[in-house]
Amino acid sequence: MIVERGTRVINLVQAVNEALDLALERDPRVVLFGEDVGKMGGVFRASDGLQPKYGEKRVFDTPLAESGIVGFAIGMAMAGLRPVAEIQFAGFLYPALDQILSHLGRMRHRTRGRFTIPLVIRAPYGGGVKTPEQHADSPEAILCHVPGVKVIIPSSPERAKGLLLAAIEDPDPVFFLEAIKLYRGVKAEVPEGYYTLPIGKARVVREGNAATLIAYGGMVEVCQKAAEVAAHEGVELEVIDAETLVPLDTPTLVESVAKTGRAVVVYEAMRTGGFGAEIAARLAEEALDYLEAPVVRVAGWDAPYPPFSAVENFYRPDAKRVLEAVRRVLMY
Amino acid sequence: MDTVRYLDDDGKPLRDIPLSEEELLSGYRALRRARHFDERALVLQRQGRLGVYPPFRGQEAAQVGVALCLEPSRDWLLPSYRETAAAITFGMPLSKLILSWRADPAGWGAPPEVNMVQFYIPIATQVPQAAGVAHALRLQGKDAVAAVFIGDGGTSEGDFHEGLNFASVFDAPLLVVVQNNGWAISVPTQKQMKVQRIALKAQGYGIPGVTVDGNDLVAVWTVARKAAARARAGEGPTLIEALTYRVAPHTSSDDPGRYRTEDEAEAWKKRDPIDRMRGCLLHLGLWDEEKERALSEELEAEFLTAVEEADQASEPRPWEIVEQVYAEMQPDQQAAWQYLHGGEA
Ligand SMILES: Cc1ncc(C[n+]2csc(CCOP(=O)(O)OP(=O)(O)O)c2C)c(N)n1
Repeated sequence: MIVERGTRVINLVQAVNEALDLALERDPRVVLFGEDVGKMGGVFRASDGLQPKYGEKRVFDTPLAESGIVGFAIGMAMAGLRPVAEIQFAGFLYPALDQILSHLGRMRHRTRGRFTIPLVIRAPYGGGVKTPEQHADSPEAILCHVPGVKVIIPSSPERAKGLLLAAIEDPDPVFFLEAIKLYRGVKAEVPEGYYTLPIGKARVVREGNAATLIAYGGMVEVCQKAAEVAAHEGVELEVIDAETLVPLDTPTLVESVAKTGRAVVVYEAMRTGGFGAEIAARLAEEALDYLEAPVVRVAGWDAPYPPFSAVENFYRPDAKRVLEAVRRVLMY
Repeated sequence: MDTVRYLDDDGKPLRDIPLSEEELLSGYRALRRARHFDERALVLQRQGRLGVYPPFRGQEAAQVGVALCLEPSRDWLLPSYRETAAAITFGMPLSKLILSWRADPAGWGAPPEVNMVQFYIPIATQVPQAAGVAHALRLQGKDAVAAVFIGDGGTSEGDFHEGLNFASVFDAPLLVVVQNNGWAISVPTQKQMKVQRIALKAQGYGIPGVTVDGNDLVAVWTVARKAAARARAGEGPTLIEALTYRVAPHTSSDDPGRYRTEDEAEAWKKRDPIDRMRGCLLHLGLWDEEKERALSEELEAEFLTAVEEADQASEPRPWEIVEQVYAEMQPDQQAAWQYLHGGEA
């Protein structure tokens, strides 16, 4: 692999670690905490080496209590700090939903801007790595339904680093979900040093004209695989990484559908009420004139995500299921 | 476990009072100010000029005594809906509070010089947040404390325990004040918990727990002052249980006749915190009828001015409901804003 000057090939968890390091270095208000983030450096090593470098006041372990962590972080943010809280797995955000729904998203609004919450909550999510029960959940739709928060799910190391730094600078509360499958599953060139990427932009990761695949996080890779297979048969699929779910970059999605006339939305959460339904609804509202087929969703089934075994593969969307959906929209 | 008291039920000092004459007078004034607001707010509510209002009659001393130890531009107050008395004493303008209980956006939030978070409606969520505020103050090297209020019923919520645990583990400069008023709407304390004293729960977190006579301003003030000094010295949080009683209904739409006897409320009225404090001043020769009348007139004038100010606030405009959702309006709020604005941008 050719490494340009000023970039190195690293994986997504290393990119996250770099971003955290740079944020701590740059802004003394940044504090990092969660379960096992200190000495151990986090269960995925996202905060590896940061406690020795910045001390226990800025990088610390908390008691094992998610509502406590998020509530504590909210208070710290209101009082002038820039907390970055880690929830060990997104499936363990549930005990903190009270804090999230009751306050995180509405504190700015209910105090007319007097108290704001510049907070980032990071959590690994998603399957494909055979984790125990509840470790692979994708609760992004629940989070997207909270007014006042932003939700970002990067799909590459380079995007993860720049977006995490942007999230930490952002004046609003941000959920930053990291696909576990991608942590060590992809490596790419990542610029050195501090840089931010704009929040609220979708990006075209592969151009095509036959149909648009819309995905985010761990599903972008799956869609790219599907697009490669389709290309062998002469079908050029466009692949879009939605990347920021709230605020969603609807214009970029509409623009692509205007070109291709067909869309398949891919996500690994349960299908009903999932974020893909939101994308499909927006396309129905804003791109109906261009659509030549109904928008089709490929998602997890309406069942709990199965724990670490071969059955996981029956649940998580793969290239084969994506291609079946592509056939459906092409043949409509 | 003892209950800290300084005054008997008539206000006669039981022991040396560690407050100056000036402090005693200002404390009495603060109690009367809170009571006056509460009485007049209920009238406004009945006239349809306030929304649902949670009165605090009977609980003035428990709130005022804590707020008197705090500095509004330096310390922090995180109150539940019951703590209008604490808010008044902490420096919230009365007109703002009237607007707040009108649910008017103009009343949401505190002025910049008052570190009070808007009244919390969901039970107990404020406790971990208060721990975070307190910890952040300490990390930033500020000489400041936070005070959080919760009811006896609220101590059953998980967030109460997570918040106390965080505060104690991090030695956060926090006063956790439980107003044990015997009831959580219609559920009595005995059906809420097995422990007799909420202050005992502090032992589970390795922090001091104190039970204080919540209708004795001198006692609450003294206990809170000590807890605040402890917090400022970096020694961590204190759990304060104020034994008091909600003489008033739970809210302006509640009928306490459905769950409690009039006798019970009557017995507590005999221990009214304001009567007791006035008794104390009279006993010390610091008060008379003339001063009482002058104070009443002053408070009524202050209240009327506040109502006038509140009435002058401009009508909420439709598009305000999508403002301040994000620091900068995002496309979805922008679209809504445009619609609510009647198409004119
Ligand atoms: C999470 C939550 N559950 C239920 C309610 C409805 N509710 C409002 S007040 C109340 C009782 C609270 O009692 P307590 O904590 O003792 O406080 P008090 O009203 O006596 O001051 C209940 C159940 C609520 N506001 N929030």
